[in-house]
Amino acid sequence: MTMTPTAVSGEDHAATPGPRLRSTFGWSWLGVVPFFVFAFLFLIGPLLYLILGAFQNSDGAFTFDNIVALGGANIVASFSLSIRLSLLSAAMGAIAGLLLGHAVVLGGLPKWVRNAFMTFSGVASNFAGVPLAFAFIATLGRLGLVTVLLRDLFGINLYAAGFNLFSFFGLALVYLYFQLPLMLLIITPALDGLKSEWREAAEILGATRRQYWQMVGLPVLTPSILGCFLLLFANAFGTLATVYALMGSGFDVVPIVLFQQIRGNVLYNPNLGYALAVGMISIMALTNILYLLLRRRAERWQK
Amino acid sequence: MKRSIPILPAITAIVAASYFLVPLFATFYFSLKMTRGTLSFASYQSVFQSDEFLATLGYSTLASLAAIVMGAVIIVPTAYWVRLKLPKLRPLVEFISLLPLIIPAVVLVFGYIRLFGSNSYLPMTSTDHGTNLLLVFGYVIMSMPYMYRAVDNGMAAIDISTLTEAAQSLGASRLRTIATVIFPNVRASIIAGSFLTFSISLGEFVLPSLLNRPAFGPYLVQLGQDRAYEPAALAIMSFGFTWGCMVLMQAFANKKPGQGVLPRLPFLSRKERRA
Repeated sequence: MTMTPTAVSGEDHAATPGPRLRSTFGWSWLGVVPFFVFAFLFLIGPLLYLILGAFQNSDGAFTFDNIVALGGANIVASFSLSIRLSLLSAAMGAIAGLLLGHAVVLGGLPKWVRNAFMTFSGVASNFAGVPLAFAFIATLGRLGLVTVLLRDLFGINLYAAGFNLFSFFGLALVYLYFQLPLMLLIITPALDGLKSEWREAAEILGATRRQYWQMVGLPVLTPSILGCFLLLFANAFGTLATVYALMGSGFDVVPIVLFQQIRGNVLYNPNLGYALAVGMISIMALTNILYLLLRRRAERWQK
Repeated sequence: MKRSIPILPAITAIVAASYFLVPLFATFYFSLKMTRGTLSFASYQSVFQSDEFLATLGYSTLASLAAIVMGAVIIVPTAYWVRLKLPKLRPLVEFISLLPLIIPAVVLVFGYIRLFGSNSYLPMTSTDHGTNLLLVFGYVIMSMPYMYRAVDNGMAAIDISTLTEAAQSLGASRLRTIATVIFPNVRASIIAGSFLTFSISLGEFVLPSLLNRPAFGPYLVQLGQDRAYEPAALAIMSFGFTWGCMVLMQAFANKKPGQGVLPRLPFLSRKERRA
């Protein structure tokens, strides 16, 4: 594999600051073999298997049929649903997170407010999955506390007014609970990177607040904001447990469709399943590559 | 021209805080309403009295601990070796360790089921032990990005080449160097990574559900379909658990080698005042 040549040339390079260890010449690559074997067996192997399977028919012959089958109405609909849901929840998370970040980082609030939000966000961004769904059912479900309180105290019937937790917008609201904290955590370094000198310079030159944001603040922040948006998108796109606990298996986002395929609850076609998986990986990979490119650009201002 | 109370930021912060706190409060209140007419901890009692709760929680705890140990055993020597001897491999190792971030769990387990299915070369899913192992390996992979970064950051903070040189001039073998010099110095980082791994894998749903393991995540989903108040109680406990994991993770991540077990926690006291 690629390991051997790099490992050998890495040998002379490696020893510059460190000690030259005896009897390891040419064999030091052995030290990383367990890692590569493990990663190959349980990460890369399974992925390659899926990717190759996506281009084979049930007899193992090469074909594009599975990829073409991704264009079927059902699958296009579920990709579209997933993408729309992820876009909406990422947009909500990004905007809310940016506003909150602006408030706690630049808004002149006491320091403890910022610390409290940051600590809480560390927890809330990891509080996803099934328990999160339970929390929202207890809050905004048909018998949830807020639903009942609004009805009994203020005479506002949320569900009669068209709100439904178990819907597209309801899900987006639930996702916000981990998207907003994530946005706050990852946008804060960029907000901290806005130098006060820039603002002072703008003020001295007679810029209004609005002009400062329009011509200095936002242009500097834009790559960071877009990058964070992409991370939130990927975060939402891969979410399965929250949807499943909230909606059951009837809400056809892509992860649920694949989950159902694997369980064999619907017409089972493994090769189409592979294609679905490859579709998911492609979207995740594309999102992350774009994110990395944007982050490179964003980092120009953070030194 | 500084205003003493910045109104707009204050409103934003209050709205956000309510969005965060109202569901927690509502869930907690809801969980106390199991007995009609009074508030009680009956739902919590009911949860703890369930055998299935204890069995699945025990199973998931064990699987998570196994994943932590396996992850540390694979990642610590690798991170050490790559830093010390093979820096050219570093981008590749880093890339592989970050790769799980873009692989949804459902895709990973799909690959496992097909690749290690009953009629493959390595039919792990045809025995119970094999499937348990596969679940643990899955968690090792899923937590690898966090574990690797935690350990690698820990190694960056100590001078591993000098430590290694010192150990070797005193006659320590390579294994002994790793076990008694390097490992203790990055222990805090490993523990920090472990808490994150733990909080990820304990209630994870997709892997055990598709591998048919009696784990906590699938139990939670089932409970959500059967009961009303117990899920709320579990959501509160799970939030507390995640909180505990994150606090401990941060505490250990900021700890320097040789520092006491309980580091200063200024952020903790602040937060407690708030909560």
